[in-house]
Amino acid sequence: MSDAAKVRIAFRVNGHEVAVDAWPMARLLDVLRKELRLTGTKEGCGEGECGACAVLLDGALVNSCLVPAVHADGASVTTIEGVAQGDDLSAVQQAFLEHGGAQCGICTPGMVLAAVNLLARNPNPTEADIRAGLAGNLCRCTGYMKIFESVIAACKQKGDR
Amino acid sequence: MRAYLPKYEMVTPRNMEEALARMSAEPGIWRPFAGGTDLMVLLDAGKLAQRKFLSIWKLPELHGIAGTREHLTLGALTTYTEVQRSETLQQEFPLLCRAAAETGSVATQNRGTLGGNIANASPAADSPPALLVYDAELELVSARGARWVPYAQFHKGYKQMDLAPDELIARIRMPRARSGWKQYYRKVGTRSAQAISKVCFAGAARMENRHIADVRIALGSVAPTVVRCMKTEEFLCATGALTPAVVTRAQEILSGEIAPIDDFRSTANYRRRVAQNLLEEFLLSSG
Repeated sequence: MSDAAKVRIAFRVNGHEVAVDAWPMARLLDVLRKELRLTGTKEGCGEGECGACAVLLDGALVNSCLVPAVHADGASVTTIEGVAQGDDLSAVQQAFLEHGGAQCGICTPGMVLAAVNLLARNPNPTEADIRAGLAGNLCRCTGYMKIFESVIAACKQKGDR
Repeated sequence: MRAYLPKYEMVTPRNMEEALARMSAEPGIWRPFAGGTDLMVLLDAGKLAQRKFLSIWKLPELHGIAGTREHLTLGALTTYTEVQRSETLQQEFPLLCRAAAETGSVATQNRGTLGGNIANASPAADSPPALLVYDAELELVSARGARWVPYAQFHKGYKQMDLAPDELIARIRMPRARSGWKQYYRKVGTRSAQAISKVCFAGAARMENRHIADVRIALGSVAPTVVRCMKTEEFLCATGALTPAVVTRAQEILSGEIAPIDDFRSTANYRRRVAQNLLEEFLLSSG
């Protein structure tokens, strides 16, 4: 069989319109990292188990290693680079910083996006909600408790505002 | 080894007619591609044998949840997240919601679909046991027309389905007939999130005077396909009160209806014992 042709994919990333030419089955993860140089999104397992590559696709948390880039055509994508407003960290990012929620950093972008996704739908989650909301994000350093504490702190901080 | 991407084609049909026409023109060549949570794993592992894919993810005909008095009908591309957010499903088909909540993580639930789970035909899938308990039927469509098949008869063997190369799973329908039934679902895995099940059990029983008047029992991960255990069901319907002797006999019959194996997730012995224990827990919680 002859090679497929690259296809033009146009979408919004962190509020900016972008267009790339990619192989039809290219992973959104690779388009973000290699074509758009948004290397905040990490590759962990490459099979949807670890959540390191999580991004928001039209507001829904997805693992970008399992999304073909063509499914982002016309969509709006938020990566970790789009979570802060300029130098103003989001409540989740600030809480991770203050409560030791990040250690080596590989899982952190996915953790932050999973937490942002959770709090967008459920501003006052129980600890069980937090554990379920972050269950698809694996961390091999902190042992999770500091991450859960960070998310709880982010809820409180949001509530204080 | 990773896949060589230029060899893979993905086409996005504008509507169902175009999708079915392609599948009809080259049967077996075009594989439907929904949320990708199974196929993309194979792609990255370099194990995706098929080369041509039809992206059906955005076809409106395959989405949505609609009800009549008799049935609730789900588009095949209803995601696990949509299943959990449906109040009707939460009220009338709670086992499907439990299964959806225990399938993968939030990110997987946002992309994984019931129809994709069925077509992937893993014996370890979590939603099929619930669909079997609810007497689900599948609508299979092709350029030749549409037909409904009972889900209990759809899986013919390991990864073998009653699905022609030009057919697409379009809708899933369940009779609204479980009101008042005792319902039970339990997935046993290494951890409660993400893990693929070692054993998955769904059951529903209609009780009359502490006797079982009607019952459905289905399991995942204990045979080459998900299985409905009809001999165990028949025994339980024909018997009287749920005495310890009846439960033990039902466990023996169940053991004859499953064929678990040793693999990297668990052992045949463990799976058989757990399947029997889950049956006991289901029966004791119903009685």
